[in-house]
Amino acid sequence: MIQFEAVSKRYAAGRDGLRDINLMIDAGEMVFLTGHSGAGKSSLLKLIGLLEKATRGQIRVDGRNLGRLKGKAIARHRSRVGMIFQDHRLLTDRSVFDNVAIPLVVCAYSHQEIKRRVRAALDKVGLLGKEKTSPETLSGGEQQRVGIARAIVGKPPVLLADEPTGNLDPELSAEIMRLFADFNQVGVTLLIATHDIALIKTLPYRILTLNKGELSADSMNLHA
Amino acid sequence: MKKLKASRRIGGKHRWNANKLLLHHLHAAIFSLGRLSRNALSSLLTLAVIGIAIALPAGLYLLLNYASHSVSNWDENSAAISVFLRQEIDLPTAQALQQKLLQRADINSIHIIDKDSAMQEFRQFSGFAGALDALDSNPLPHLLIIQPTLNEDSSTQDLQQLEQALRTQPEVDLVQIDTAWLQRFQAISNIGQRAILVLGSLLGIAVLLVIGNTIRLEVYNRHEEIEIMKLVGATTAFVRRPFLYTGLWYGLFGGLFAMALILLAIFWLSQPMQQLLSLYNSDLILSYPGLPTWTAIVGGSILLGQCGAWLAVGQHLRKIEPS
Ligand SMILES: Nc1ncnc2c1ncn2[C@@H]1O[C@H](COP(=O)(O)OP(=O)(O)OP(=O)(O)O)[C@@H](O)[C@H]1O
Ligand SMILES: [Mg+2]
Repeated sequence: MIQFEAVSKRYAAGRDGLRDINLMIDAGEMVFLTGHSGAGKSSLLKLIGLLEKATRGQIRVDGRNLGRLKGKAIARHRSRVGMIFQDHRLLTDRSVFDNVAIPLVVCAYSHQEIKRRVRAALDKVGLLGKEKTSPETLSGGEQQRVGIARAIVGKPPVLLADEPTGNLDPELSAEIMRLFADFNQVGVTLLIATHDIALIKTLPYRILTLNKGELSADSMNLHA
Repeated sequence: MKKLKASRRIGGKHRWNANKLLLHHLHAAIFSLGRLSRNALSSLLTLAVIGIAIALPAGLYLLLNYASHSVSNWDENSAAISVFLRQEIDLPTAQALQQKLLQRADINSIHIIDKDSAMQEFRQFSGFAGALDALDSNPLPHLLIIQPTLNEDSSTQDLQQLEQALRTQPEVDLVQIDTAWLQRFQAISNIGQRAILVLGSLLGIAVLLVIGNTIRLEVYNRHEEIEIMKLVGATTAFVRRPFLYTGLWYGLFGGLFAMALILLAIFWLSQPMQQLLSLYNSDLILSYPGLPTWTAIVGGSILLGQCGAWLAVGQHLRKIEPS
């Protein structure tokens, strides 16, 4: 589903984000991505979501060669890759419902269809009663779940999360991970960047470790 | 409706493209309209600026156009030649001259104002009745008002030839032909037309800049929203569309506002204008412009709005990318 071949990312400032990454993630896998701060976790996710372009190498997602995509094709690719951020990136001047609806509006779904899908997504993250409120009035955990609802509402086959539990308490973090496991159950491919080693040690998933921009370990967590 | 349902059943991948585009346009149009109404005050101010900037040159143009139209209608009267006969010529001689001159091809009609009725009229309207009574004889001559045969290709030269011929008649004392003011008016109207063109171009550019800048500011304010839309898969065309519609609405409503201003001005001017025209014996009335004029004004305004919007979003939106 996601394939890196000798991928490097060098930023304009001359800093290396990623160096010579090779990896393969199959459809339906759920994978954690860890590493020290500045190791390149966010960079790797951004390359997959086409928020950045690789300096060298080739990335394939669902058969698409990302280096070749332009204009509309980039937009279509992004609509098939859901992204979740630590800082949520919600629009504070819109209701929860409108925030979650954005990916559907962009794809011109009918009004009823949008309503049905948004409610389904909010139901999945346990926020069905909060449609009309502003994201500003929600707690950090609730805002994170709104972000998750927005990422899944278009039913993308790939879901990327950049430190989704960054500043949540362990209870909430575990709950969000369970949510991800649920999505994985129905076939979604997930790649989750996180610092929370303690949490992922308890979960039976594959773990990729980055060190200074290089892939230093790729292991299956069998201890869980 | 049927298509919508069918497309929903397929769900996502193979929806009708045309249908989808229509939905996108509808959404963008309504969305941008909603935004304008939410910031009603600033939208109204912008609309007022656009309306005034369009109404000013358009109104002046209409006025000038109307004036030259009126003048060309007076052409026939103003091109009339007044022939004053010598003092001693009596009415039968004048009538004989009238018959003789009517043979000429370049004369259309001749109207005699005999001196007695001229005196009568003068007495009535001038307010010099008392002074005139003191005169023992009528000092006025008989007067022939000659209407030359005018057609498309008759030139001032023809007119001068006729004038010359009239002047050489023994009965004639004085020939008066008054086309100088007409030519002067033509010249002034030409200058006016150019001035209005310059003014109109400048104000048109101003409208373009006002709309462009307003939309540019809006793009700036909604930077975050644009990034998120692109993040979840919006194309540049999709993000651009509401801004283009904003330009369209500004153009449309600005044009309608200009139309209202012009109508108001015509309404306000019509009465004094009527009085002025009646002094010139004109039966013209100040009429309201027709559909083509309104279409031109509102259409031009919409065009300016679209161009302004494109100026504002052209390259700019492409560069806003999520990070
Ligand atoms: N836009 C950018 N311009 C220049 N350098 C950048 C940019 N983004 C990231 N980098 C650099 O690339 C390297 C990897 O950064 P990245 O954000 O991917 O790390 P990370 O693993 O996500 O770190 P953290 O855990 O702190 O989020 C860092 O050295 C960083 O300074
Ligand atoms: Mg990071």
